[in-house]
Amino acid sequence: MSDDIHALSGAYAVDALDDAERAQFERHLAGCDICQEEVDSLREASALLAETTMVTPRPELRNRVLTEIRTVRPLPPLGRGPVAEDTPEAEDSEGSSSEDSSDDSEDSEATATTTDLGARRAARAGRVRRFPALLAAAAAVVAVGVGSAVVLEPWQDNTSTPAPSAVDRIQAAEDAQVFRHTFEDGSKAVLYRSASLNEAVLVTEDMASAPDGKVYQAWLQHDETMVSAGLMPEGPDNTVPLQGQPATADGFGITVEPAGGSVVPSPPTVLYIPFEKA
Amino acid sequence: MDPLKPVAAGTPSPGGVPAAPDLADLLRSAGRGDEQAFAQLYDATCSRVLGLAIRVVRDPAQAEEVLQEAFLEIWRTAGRFDPDRGSPIAWLLTIVHRKAVDRVRSAEAATRRDQNYHHQNQPVDHDATAEAAHASLEARRVRTALGSLTPVQREALELAYFGGYTHTEVATMLDLPVGTAKTRIRDGLIRLRDTMGVGG
Repeated sequence: MSDDIHALSGAYAVDALDDAERAQFERHLAGCDICQEEVDSLREASALLAETTMVTPRPELRNRVLTEIRTVRPLPPLGRGPVAEDTPEAEDSEGSSSEDSSDDSEDSEATATTTDLGARRAARAGRVRRFPALLAAAAAVVAVGVGSAVVLEPWQDNTSTPAPSAVDRIQAAEDAQVFRHTFEDGSKAVLYRSASLNEAVLVTEDMASAPDGKVYQAWLQHDETMVSAGLMPEGPDNTVPLQGQPATADGFGITVEPAGGSVVPSPPTVLYIPFEKA
Repeated sequence: MDPLKPVAAGTPSPGGVPAAPDLADLLRSAGRGDEQAFAQLYDATCSRVLGLAIRVVRDPAQAEEVLQEAFLEIWRTAGRFDPDRGSPIAWLLTIVHRKAVDRVRSAEAATRRDQNYHHQNQPVDHDATAEAAHASLEARRVRTALGSLTPVQREALELAYFGGYTHTEVATMLDLPVGTAKTRIRDGLIRLRDTMGVGG
């Protein structure tokens, strides 16, 4: 079947692959320039089909669109500069605004979680333990360079929210939690967690590469012990089920570690998300 | 006159769409937060966007939502458009198409899909007057070019692109052997691409 992978280029160009094949083909695309060029050229052809089917929108739609964009910050081009200081607790008001109308309910849930953070932490001082010695450094995000292998949108599928089955399961659970975070460079991390299912999945979008020789590592915090939840794969867009026991964890974090990972996290923390206790 | 000869870049098309370099300029400006440029981009492309969304999701209200979601994404990611890789309109419509297909598939995940192939060929109710006004030269060229595809290639491509079906579903619907629909789709796109002289 691997010989057939190139033959998927046409179907891929018109979104005629199911989720599994799409993921498989996108992995292939990351390393096959020939297919990437072919997909680009076939998309030019498919765009011509829309010439035959135009419908004028009513004027109100124009007003809605132009109003909506005012609250959304355009992403910077890829390959630009180091990531600026980013405080996980501070709510990025532009990044959290609804960029996808279907996610409205989740955004308000996550907004409530993070903007109440200060109040909740004060109320539960001592009960919520953070990564020891890391909180002071939590505001600083490691400046990461962007490697040469970045793929520009929309030729890589990082515009629509990936919907792997683990995320579906979690979202269907009664105690589903969604934590959204947008970094200063526009990259996003979404953590889905269900204590009843004891599952958590991290979904990243547009993440810059870890520095050479380094890897992003996920952690679940249990009281004062940090337990590795796995290493994040390379690439700007990943869906990473967390290893371990998300149900009983107090929080989640990401750090930058040497290739191969570490037994204990190294400062600084790229992202820290506390979980509420039921 | 060869009716399929590509129009020179920079020539305004009768459809009123700015020539390719202008759309690229608008995208670049929009990527820097220029709302006026984005408004012009919207005006130049919104009919294609809505028309495509309606063909795929069929329900006009949902098509409008797809349009809004797509333009928001276009605004958000305009700075990442790379003119070396393709045209602005293809970049834009790729975003629209993906959102439309994602929506129609997720909406049907809980309900059984209508596998009646013939039903898919019925045009969606919409403003026929508006559509007639957009019968551009380019559209006629595209329809002519589609005539150079084999019937199976054309049907497979239309089911995939407008129907939002996966290639395996298309194979079933057209009674093709498993795995041959993706080849037909690819062959049809290649023929369309080469006949229209795009993607070079």
